[in-house]
Amino acid sequence: MTAITENSIPVTARNTKDEMIAFGLMTALLLVVPLTGVYPFFVMQALCFALLACAFNLLIGYGGLLSFGHAMFLGTAGYITAHALKVWGLTPELAILVGTAGAAGLGIVTGVVAIRRQGIYFSMITLALSQLLYFIYLQTPFTHGEDGIQGIPQGHLFGIFNLANPTILYYVVLAGFLFGFLLIFRTINSPFGEVLKAIRENEQRAISLGYKTDQYKLLAYILSGTLAGFAGSLKVFVAQNASLTDVHWTMSGEIVLMTLVGGLGTVFGPVVGAFVIIAMQQYLAGFGQWVTVIQGVIFVVCVLTFRRGVVGEIAHHFRRWL
Amino acid sequence: MQALYAQLLVGLINGSFYALLSLGLAVIFGMLNIINFAHGAVYMMGAFVAYFLLNLAGIGYWPALIIAPVVVGIFGMFLERTMLKWLSGLDHLYGLLLTFGLALIIQGVFQNYFGSSGLPYSIPDELKGGMNLGFMFLPIYRGWVVVFSLIVCLLTWYLIERTRLGAYLRAATENPTLVRAFGVNVPRMITLTYGLGVGLAALAGVLSAPINQVRPLMGADLIIVVFAVVVIGGMGSIMGSIITGFTLGVIEGLTKYFYPEASNTVVFVLMVLVLLVKPSGLTGRAA
Repeated sequence: MTAITENSIPVTARNTKDEMIAFGLMTALLLVVPLTGVYPFFVMQALCFALLACAFNLLIGYGGLLSFGHAMFLGTAGYITAHALKVWGLTPELAILVGTAGAAGLGIVTGVVAIRRQGIYFSMITLALSQLLYFIYLQTPFTHGEDGIQGIPQGHLFGIFNLANPTILYYVVLAGFLFGFLLIFRTINSPFGEVLKAIRENEQRAISLGYKTDQYKLLAYILSGTLAGFAGSLKVFVAQNASLTDVHWTMSGEIVLMTLVGGLGTVFGPVVGAFVIIAMQQYLAGFGQWVTVIQGVIFVVCVLTFRRGVVGEIAHHFRRWL
Repeated sequence: MQALYAQLLVGLINGSFYALLSLGLAVIFGMLNIINFAHGAVYMMGAFVAYFLLNLAGIGYWPALIIAPVVVGIFGMFLERTMLKWLSGLDHLYGLLLTFGLALIIQGVFQNYFGSSGLPYSIPDELKGGMNLGFMFLPIYRGWVVVFSLIVCLLTWYLIERTRLGAYLRAATENPTLVRAFGVNVPRMITLTYGLGVGLAALAGVLSAPINQVRPLMGADLIIVVFAVVVIGGMGSIMGSIITGFTLGVIEGLTKYFYPEASNTVVFVLMVLVLLVKPSGLTGRAA
């Protein structure tokens, strides 16, 4: 039995001061977006996917677990939030809460099954579990099958903020993203995060040091799924629908792609990757199926020549100059 | 009862494809330490090569049964030599990501040219019609698929477990460096193994063409079910893959008869149950 990752997921040395500066820059940039005339829906969508990719990255980058089923959290939370808004008539904050809690519950149930195997098997199991959910959502009436849940009322957050206003919605989504991002940042810098990294590097050693590694992995999995669900709940307000595409395995693949492009195991990589991939989909929308081919090519090129991703590559070269 | 037997037969046919595909996955994983996500895509390519042979060159089913796996196998060896080779020594996960990318490329290209609808491929004349077995009507082609798949599976088992070449292969799986020291060309064996696994998938594709039609996405969902089959059976044993594949196909067929709503999900549910009871899989070693 070998270590989960054999040290080959690039470990990028980190510098807290650099990260603080980068975080400040990112926040400042994102705060001024509505003033620049950039299409806000594009940025909102990218922010939701960025949070989703960050949640995915928590699992692969710091726990060494490649989930190929993260779309199930996105889709589940999306369906629940949409249903809560439209059918139950809940307020936005409650709908987000219910959706995120649903994803957390799903994380507990699937996590208990998935963490029983490691490495490649973990990926196959998460993929199979998400496909199981896909078929369930295809058949249950509340998801409205192929049509999805459409025409979702956006409502007023806390009774004050009118989410139908794009600028207000933008800042709400941004606040949600920053909240999730900081939570992940805090997690990877905590003692819990250190143990996760120890498990990634050498699970046997972590076990022999007395850590119950399964519990750590399960907790990381649930946290990752919950945050992915939170992103899914936010996305409902942006897209105003919840559909089967959010649960499909192609979506799980896109989440992996975003993180891979940005840099596995880097703090900002998933954010950069999400913006790159969403922008690419936006600009290449006219090419139809070729987008799939291009995504495949990016996968191949990244794995063969660019395993650190954009952010990992930048950090690596910076270090060399210093 | 007629309907039950019919569903059992459908189950056996699906089981044949599960067995052929999971067998190939297990053989490839043994030598390359890669889970071949492109397995569904090469299965589809097998069916398309048979379709091209018939419609562009007038070459029928029987030659296609040999030519298609060879052509796709060579394509697989090309992929191994140009790309997968560079991943040896890296984490398993990169192999999964690379082959996922390859699957997207292959399926995307075919979708561009052929859309998502199915192209017909007719049953060869020799296997048309059916037999009345008294308790059910057996379409000859369907019976042929089950019997032929079983024979191919058993031949593969024999090749790997009982021949000298298979012994080299198993030895190289355990300790490639030592086998190389004995003068065996291990990199070439790895390439051939990948070709063999891919060829088996392509063969399954040809067999399924007359039953399921030829579609660019015919392998995309199938591969996920096969992954579940692999998780249930474990990849430790060749015979285990074969038995698990056929068994799950039959269980799926029975579900279609008794509780059709669950026929899409029964394999995944079984996977969950097996993981809860015996995490290493039915025949697998701990991984």
